[in-house]
Formats: sequence, C-alpha cells, structure tokens
Amino acid sequence: MNGKTILAIAGFIATIAALAFVPFVVGPYGVTLMIGMLGYVVLATAWALFSGPTRYVSLATVAFFGVGAYTVAVFSESIPYPLLLLVAAGIGLGVALVVGIATLRLAGVYFVIFTFGLAELIRQLVTWYEVNVTGTLGRYIFLPITPEGIYWQLLALAAITFAIAWWIGRSRIGLALRVIGDDEVVAVHCGINITGVKLALFGLSCTIITLVGAIQAPRWTYVEPSIAFNPTISFLTLIMALLGGAHRLTGPLLGAVPLFLMFEWLSANFPNHYSIFLGLIFIAIVFVLPRGVLAFIEERWTLWRRNEPVSGRTADE
Amino acid sequence: MKNLLRRQILRTMALAVSTLAFGFGGVASAQERTSVKIGYAVSKTGPNAGGAGITTIPNYELWVKDVNDAGGLEMPDGKKLPIEVVEYDDRSSSEEVVRAVERLAAQDEVDFILPPWSTGFNLAVAPLFDRYGYPQLAVSSVTDKAPDFVKRWKKSFWMLGGGHDYAEALAKVIADASKAGTINNKVSMISVADGFGIDLVTAARPAFEEAGIEVVYDKTYPAGTTDFSPILNEVMSNGADTFVAFSYPPETFALTQQAQVADFNPKILYLGVGTGFPIFAKNNGANAEGIMSLGGVDPRNEANNAYRKRHEEVTGKAPDYWGSVITYASLQMLQEAIKRKGLDRDAVSEELSTGTFKTVLSDETKFEDNQLRQLWWTGQWQNGVFVGIAPEDRPGASKATLPRQAWKKN
Repeated sequence: MNGKTILAIAGFIATIAALAFVPFVVGPYGVTLMIGMLGYVVLATAWALFSGPTRYVSLATVAFFGVGAYTVAVFSESIPYPLLLLVAAGIGLGVALVVGIATLRLAGVYFVIFTFGLAELIRQLVTWYEVNVTGTLGRYIFLPITPEGIYWQLLALAAITFAIAWWIGRSRIGLALRVIGDDEVVAVHCGINITGVKLALFGLSCTIITLVGAIQAPRWTYVEPSIAFNPTISFLTLIMALLGGAHRLTGPLLGAVPLFLMFEWLSANFPNHYSIFLGLIFIAIVFVLPRGVLAFIEERWTLWRRNEPVSGRTADE
Repeated sequence: MKNLLRRQILRTMALAVSTLAFGFGGVASAQERTSVKIGYAVSKTGPNAGGAGITTIPNYELWVKDVNDAGGLEMPDGKKLPIEVVEYDDRSSSEEVVRAVERLAAQDEVDFILPPWSTGFNLAVAPLFDRYGYPQLAVSSVTDKAPDFVKRWKKSFWMLGGGHDYAEALAKVIADASKAGTINNKVSMISVADGFGIDLVTAARPAFEEAGIEVVYDKTYPAGTTDFSPILNEVMSNGADTFVAFSYPPETFALTQQAQVADFNPKILYLGVGTGFPIFAKNNGANAEGIMSLGGVDPRNEANNAYRKRHEEVTGKAPDYWGSVITYASLQMLQEAIKRKGLDRDAVSEELSTGTFKTVLSDETKFEDNQLRQLWWTGQWQNGVFVGIAPEDRPGASKATLPRQAWKKN
C-alpha cells in the first residue's frame, strides 16, 4: 500500500463520516433528498459493478429492487427488522443465481431483452400468487423506521458497495472481468472460468440492489406490484451509470448525483414538461457523452495538454 | 424563474413587514399574508397519469380558478386571500410522491396539501401528512381498511368507500331483480388481476353468496387483455342473466365493443372503471343505456349539474361520474372549513371531521368517522346520464331500468 492509497482510504472514511452527520444539519426535506440520491448512487454503482466491466447491459435492476421491497412487505410483521434485511438479501441472491445460471450465456442484445422481461416476469408471478393464493393485492408496511434511519442504512450500504467495487478493481477477479468484457474467447483461453466469474459478480450486484429496495420500502407504507416493479427505476439507473461512466469506480456516482438533482429541479419547476426534458437529456447523453462524463473530461484534458506546448512554442517564435 | 422572483419578493416583503411591526410596536402583524399556499404532487407523467388526469388534476385546477376568480379563499374575518399553487409531478413513483410531499411540507411550508391520485399513493403519503399535521382528504382511494386508517392517522379522511360497499350494493341490485322475477339468480363474473379487480371480486364472492346469487363463472384475466372473445363465448351459453366485469378502463371499452360484436345481451351488464367516463357515452351512444358500474350522480341535483357544466367549460372536458365530483366536493369542504377556522390546520381538521358542509354533492355533506359514506355505490346509464341507483333509499336515487335493452345495430 502506497501513500496515495492510504490517503484515498482516509478521504473515503472521512467523507462517509461527514455524510453521517448530514441529518443533523439539513432539514427533513434535505434528508429525503439525500435518501433518494443515495438510493440511486448505490443502484448505479451496484449496476456498474457487473455491467461496467462485462458490458452486459442489464435492465433487471427493478426486478431485484422490487424483490427487496416485496420481501419487506411480506415479512414485516413476522420477522424482526435487521433479520428482515438478511432474508431479503438472501432471496435476492437466490433469484440472481438461478437467473444468472440460466442467462449469463446469453450475450449482447439478447441479454438486454431477457433482463427487461425478467422484471415483468417477476411482477406477474407476484401478481399471480397474490390473486390466486392470498386474494389481496397490495400489502402494508408499518415499521417504525425514521427517514434518518433509512438514510444511515443507505449510507452504510453505499460505503460497503464502494469498498467492494474498489477491491474488485484491484483484484484478480476484476482483471478477469475486464478480459471477459474485452473478448470472451480470449478469456476462456486464458483459463478464466467465465461463467463462474460472471455469476459471482451478477449475484453480488443484484444482492446490493435488492437491499436498496428493502431499505427504502418502509417509506412507502403500501406496496403493490406496480409500485415495487416500476420499470423507470431500471432505466434511470442505467442512464445515470452511463452518464458518469460505468467503467470507473466513481463514474456512477458522478452520473447519479447531478442527474438526480436535475430531475428534482425539473419536476419542481417544469412539472408539465418533465418528460420532454428527460428525453432530450437522454439523447444528449448518448450523442455527446457516449462514454461518460469522466472519460469526456479526461479526453479533453489530454487533448489540451498535447496542444499546449505546441501553442506555447508558436508564441515564442 | 418567475416563481423564484415571486418568492424573493414575498420574503423581502415579509421581512419589511416584520421590521415595521417591530419598529412601530404592532402596527402590522408579522403574520400578515398576501396569499394562501396550496401544494400538491400528482402523477402528471407515467402509468398513473391517465387516472390522475381525469379525476384529480382538472378538479384541482378548476377549484383554484373558481376560488381565485371569486377573490380568493375567505378567512374567518371576511378577508379574502388568493391561492398560490405549488405543484409537483410525482412521475407515478412512490418514492417521488413521498419526497414531493415532504418538500411541500418542510421546504415550501405550504398551508395545505392536496392528496395525490390512487390508493397506494395516498397511503404512501399518509404518515407524512400525519407527522406534519396536514389534513388529508383522500378521494381517489378505494379501501376497506379506512376505519383502521382513521385511527392510525387522525387527520386522514377517506372519501370513496371500500370494495365491500360496492360489492354488497351490487349484490342487492341483482338479488332484488331476481326476487322480482326480472332476471334469474345466476351471475358470470370476471375481474382484472390487479388491485381494483382483486379487491372487488374478493368482496363480491361472499356478498353474492349471502344474497343467494349463484356465481356460475368466475375468472380473472391479466391487466392489458385486449381479446375477450374466448371469455364471451363461454359466458354466452351458461345461462346467467347477469354479467359482471371488475375491469380497468381499456378492458371496459374493449368488453363493450366485443359484447356488441358477439351480440351478447345479458340482462344486467356491470362493468368496472371507465364506464363513468364521459367518453364512454360518446363512443357507445344509445348502446350505453342500461349499463351499470360504480358511482353515479343525482340528475336532479342542480349544484352538481352546474358543476359539470362549469367543469366542461373551464377544462374543456366533462368530468367522470365517479371520483371527479367527490374530488371537487372535498375541496369545497376544505374551503368552507378554512372560512370557518382560518389557516390553523388542527382547527380545520377538527372542523372537517365534525362539521356539515354545503357541496356539489348535497347541502349537508359530512364525514362519519372521517369517512364519506353518502356515496352512490351503483350507477346506471339512463338517457345519456350516469345516474346513481344504489343505495336505493338515498334521496335522489333513480330506479334501475331492467332488463337492459338489447344492443342496437347501426
């Protein structure tokens, strides 16, 4: 470990500690805002954990987010709270492994389509179960959890997610993932167990996403499939990660925070034109920043550095 | 931008006024205000936008216009203050609606908050309304749990009844007609496999059984089904005189069309949400006659007729026959309670809970245990108007026309 790494770790711990004190400084609305923002930061980072290096674009975010929310709704009265999160994480992991084994052999657009269908499949399964077995749709969550409590849980989850992402980036498994992303055939020839590696990462990423849903659900009081499995969550997560740059540790963070704040500002100031702006922004991201803000800035930076000495010399002459 | 500027001006004015008050020893009070802030977050985009755009948003806009055209909300001292609206789009997401309401309460510090659209969203924001002490006039939420909710959230009001109310009223209509010999006691019933359909059908099964009605066909279908011909083929020959569909608007429209194509003529045809939409009558013309559903109006209620006319003039479309008029009435109750008690939210909630109000529904609209119970549980299209037929002992009830006429072929 060199000095730079230690400094980075110290900075990270200091940031998390500072953020933990935010609820004491800002008002209740500030806390709500931070909850929404942190939720998307964790979702985007967890999404990029798997989809960034492997380049498998997943639209299944809300499938797992919804599984987490629904688990809390179903067991909120029968299982004590901290255990409830473990159960939710376990179910999320189980679903991810089953789905992963079946689908991670798919590649490219087939995987995208499948993951999009997965969210709908799980939603319909839940609906079918509620219609035919319990005879009610919609469940109530009456848990005595304050917004601050939710905020701190999300902050802890964010810290863990960043730590995992950082560790993976430096480990052998991270290298293996990047090889898979660049060329699967080469990866196989290098002796990488590609299915195993992909499955492990997919499971990890999905478990974190499930936990976000489970932590946020008590804020809604009432959960039904159309609420828990809202496909917008998948799309927003994707676009946030892409804006920041899915291949870097802090990329999703830099995408999620500005986009979230902008959505909040748009819905407050242009409630009637929100969708139009949203569409324009999506198009702009794809055309102007296809590889993310971070990559864009780096490219500009190197371009500028390369040009500077040249222009300097011309000035001298 | 304009809003920001206005806010700045307001803040400066408030500061100036309070400085004056301080300096001149109570010449003007710091509480002196120039407007009443009313906030709401509704689904302007996303899957809920359709429902909110019919029942909720037009009525909020109409009411604000009506009040401001009349000079503003009247205070107990007779002074009138115009309404300043703060509106957000919840994008049909629970998380957004929670945040938007928290923003209205904590950040914008609005005087009153109007509720969002749908049962789920009203429940999602109920703890917030309660924590910040705002009265919640939840209109667009059908729930059998309202008696529990009013205990949990003392300032919540539930205005559209529960699934049991509608199911039991329908059971009585069918049972009465069957006893009179107009129809047999057999019913075919289908329901959408989603919130509304499940609530209603779960309530209808025991209600029908208790009323001595035999359910000969009972199936659910997934939301978004477009082809009902297999279902219609099965129920056409099973001998039931009554066909009940607890459906959502797209399926309600599809069922009406496909029943005409198949020439399926049940003596009672009861369809779900969407039957009370003005477009339903427009699309089906004379064939809408006799079709039953939830909701209704008293066609002889002049206040209601005037409201419907004004709604069409101001918003450009007619209101639906179920939730719209209740939404407007809930706003009138709020307006009247503010006139009696001012902007003190506790006092206004108390007044809403105990007072009697003149609204477009009736001259004496009031809550029973914080729930509105003077509702039309069953309605029927009669001469181009969707009239309330049950409860039949409620003043203004129309008599059900049975059996329903056969489809008219064009």
